[in-house]
Amino acid sequence: MKVTNKLRILADAAKYDASCASGGAGRDGFGNSAGICHAYTPDGRCVSLLKILLTNFCIYDCLYCINRKSSNVPRARFTVEEIVRLTLGFYRRNCVEGLFLSSGIIRNPDYTMEQIVEVARILRQQHGFRGYIHLKTIPDADPALLAEAGKYADRLSLNIELPSKESLARLAPEKDHLRIRRSMGRMRTQIEVSQGKNAPPFAPAGQSTQVIVGADRSSDRGILGISADLYASYGLRRVYYSAFSPIPDASDALPPRPAPLLREHRLYQADWLLRHYGFKLNEIETGADGNLNLEIDPKLAWALANQAAFPLDVNRASREALLRVPGLGVRTVERMLQARRHHRIRLQDLSRLRVPIRKVRPFVITPDHRPRPADTRTLLASLGGPGQRDLFAG
Amino acid sequence: MRAVVLDHETDWDGWREATRALVLAGVPPDAIHWNVAGEAEDLYAERAPLPDAKGSFNVLRALVQLAQLAIQARDPERFALLYRLVWRAHQGERHLLEQAADPEVARANRLALSVRRDSHKMRAFLRFRAVDDPEGARYVGWFEPEHYVLEANALFFAERFGSLCWSVLTPYRSAHWNGSALSLGPGAQPSQVPDDDALEGYWRSYYASVFNPARLNPRAMASEMPRKYWRNLPEAAAIPDLIRSATGRVEAMLEQELRPPDQMPLGPVRARSSETGPQAPETRLGQAAQKASHCRACHLWERATQTVFGEGPADAQIMLIGEQPGDQEDLIGRPFVGPAGRLMDRALEEAGIDRRSVYVTNAVKHFKFEPRGKRRIHQKPEGPEILACKQWLDVERTEVRPLLMVLMGATAARAVIGRAVTIGRERGRRIALGAESALVTVHPSYLLRLPDEASKAREYRAFVADLTRAREIASELAAAK
Repeated sequence: MKVTNKLRILADAAKYDASCASGGAGRDGFGNSAGICHAYTPDGRCVSLLKILLTNFCIYDCLYCINRKSSNVPRARFTVEEIVRLTLGFYRRNCVEGLFLSSGIIRNPDYTMEQIVEVARILRQQHGFRGYIHLKTIPDADPALLAEAGKYADRLSLNIELPSKESLARLAPEKDHLRIRRSMGRMRTQIEVSQGKNAPPFAPAGQSTQVIVGADRSSDRGILGISADLYASYGLRRVYYSAFSPIPDASDALPPRPAPLLREHRLYQADWLLRHYGFKLNEIETGADGNLNLEIDPKLAWALANQAAFPLDVNRASREALLRVPGLGVRTVERMLQARRHHRIRLQDLSRLRVPIRKVRPFVITPDHRPRPADTRTLLASLGGPGQRDLFAG
Repeated sequence: MRAVVLDHETDWDGWREATRALVLAGVPPDAIHWNVAGEAEDLYAERAPLPDAKGSFNVLRALVQLAQLAIQARDPERFALLYRLVWRAHQGERHLLEQAADPEVARANRLALSVRRDSHKMRAFLRFRAVDDPEGARYVGWFEPEHYVLEANALFFAERFGSLCWSVLTPYRSAHWNGSALSLGPGAQPSQVPDDDALEGYWRSYYASVFNPARLNPRAMASEMPRKYWRNLPEAAAIPDLIRSATGRVEAMLEQELRPPDQMPLGPVRARSSETGPQAPETRLGQAAQKASHCRACHLWERATQTVFGEGPADAQIMLIGEQPGDQEDLIGRPFVGPAGRLMDRALEEAGIDRRSVYVTNAVKHFKFEPRGKRRIHQKPEGPEILACKQWLDVERTEVRPLLMVLMGATAARAVIGRAVTIGRERGRRIALGAESALVTVHPSYLLRLPDEASKAREYRAFVADLTRAREIASELAAAK
């Protein structure tokens, strides 16, 4: 088969993995940046890495996966050398930051993992490749192979796939959530050891995972609880949420319709509040079904449910309190704290700081502004407008 | 009006030298007209040599950094704006950058932001093509930046592609790297870039294949990758077709006949033997450990990494029982390997006990915790959890039949003795439990939590004394047997 055809099949097969980050690497004192998106596809997603599978042949039968054993998609397999050549070629043309390599399971987990590690080893050792390498690891592979992978990779990841063990057992019969967690635990231990003085590097950009949203009945609250556990237990850099998306040749055990992309977006927003804005899990507002409100973002939802905490005087409120105001981000709050040491902040100053005035009006007091009930009504009315919705239309 | 003429658009050194001299000479911002060589000059401004001002002055580093960015902006007013900021800082407004809402500060920040964005887009969207040179491959790229960001970005590319030879061409200037040194040349034409090479075809196929038509969102794409960049991106030619065909592709997927799987799934992949824990699998303890690894008798298994079963010789005279595994134990799967375990090991050694000779376990075999950011906070197991886990402790007691159980902490004491125990009152002496014997002491993690060094040292000595006593009791019991 020609390389172009393999590339088509194996890139198509890899695109359901949401992670694209290429930042946080620390190899040779270079990279330490946020990572670069070299292109965006018409789905709005960032193309940062050559994200491909070594092969989409697979002995597993995970029903949500396009590459499952029982699917009738065309199959292909790259040689190690072909992936090395493509990675170097794209990298030197400034098309990508590096490689994200995953694979179907062929023969057995160890054999597959060996091939994945071999690509990374050749890139680093034979070609002195300094770009980013993200390897997907296989929970059932020999821990020695995992240790080897961490020597060459910037990031390792292992997908938790489904939010509940029951769903995993039902939809991915060969995967075992306990084994996935043990592997994550092992990776955290190795990453921590490598952070010691003079220790050899091990996945300096840490580990991440992905969870598929909307392929089972798990609620947003349940999913966020699992994320909180995963961040605390395994020191994950990121939990990626991937809205279940229909795949060609789907199984009838899956929902026939895609999950709304807006749900994925709301989960990311809530995840952000938990990690960067000092929110606790029980402060995330969810409906009776445990799901986030799709109409308004979770910070606004919290503010509307806790109106007693507002309005805040922006010239006196603490950092923590300001971070709770809808429309104020971490950077803006830092700038406000600096600015108010010199003069009192007025509403007009906020607009120079690029704060969305309509959004903050109902919640803040400035020398020239006190909120009126009409401010809240205007804000809510504006959210129903078409502009806001279109942005995330599925 | 005094005219200052800079050598070129990003003449940082020229601007800095002029600013230094003019500020020191007390020339106010309104009296200066800034030009770049080759531009039409202001007829009313007078071109005079810089005042001969000796000395220097300092401004905050943040202002220098802001100026270095903003000077790259394609805005003829930027030299004057930045001079004004330096002038104000020198006049006493040393911290003026903290006033982000000040109109001039806000404007400079906007310019810097726009430059940073443009710079980032250049790093992202510049594409190289390979040319075969007699001396080896050379990579040539064409980019049309909005601002004057080539010079600063050339250093970035030199760092990233240091071992290659490359040229970056823009309409206003070009940069060349020969593998060891950077040189700058005049502006160029897009026609100076070679035709595409074979890899570009692969890149176009890759780009089209990673697009997921079920997530079509061209607005999000265009906000990150504005149209003005498309004409220089080889992959962008495919965008209109990808968008047009997306809806049809998704409908085809949704309307496809849902089919049951073609084949039955394979059975579960077998666990490696290394994952069944340290106990030999053929012994009864080993079998219990294997069973316990799937235990769901209480809800703790749902959030823990793994069951942490006891370990040690099956004929140990002493069995040490703690409360529950902690963060490290949960990750590694073995009891007492974290900070409390290391403290315990030290105390055992001082008490004359070889850890390898004792059986070490916990009353509860899963870690109970609450997540707090990047850490897990230990939570005390409750009655039902201790009770649910008793079956495993019972197996361990029956199989090991220790002469003495050392119960570390209230949870272990309660699990074995069956009632609440006040450790301070009952510690350090033998408690007969039918045919078995036990001794109560503190949990080593209690020692870690003590606030001051003095009480830490005192409590540690008491812990070692209890363990020493345990060793003596065990040998008395062994002798009596």
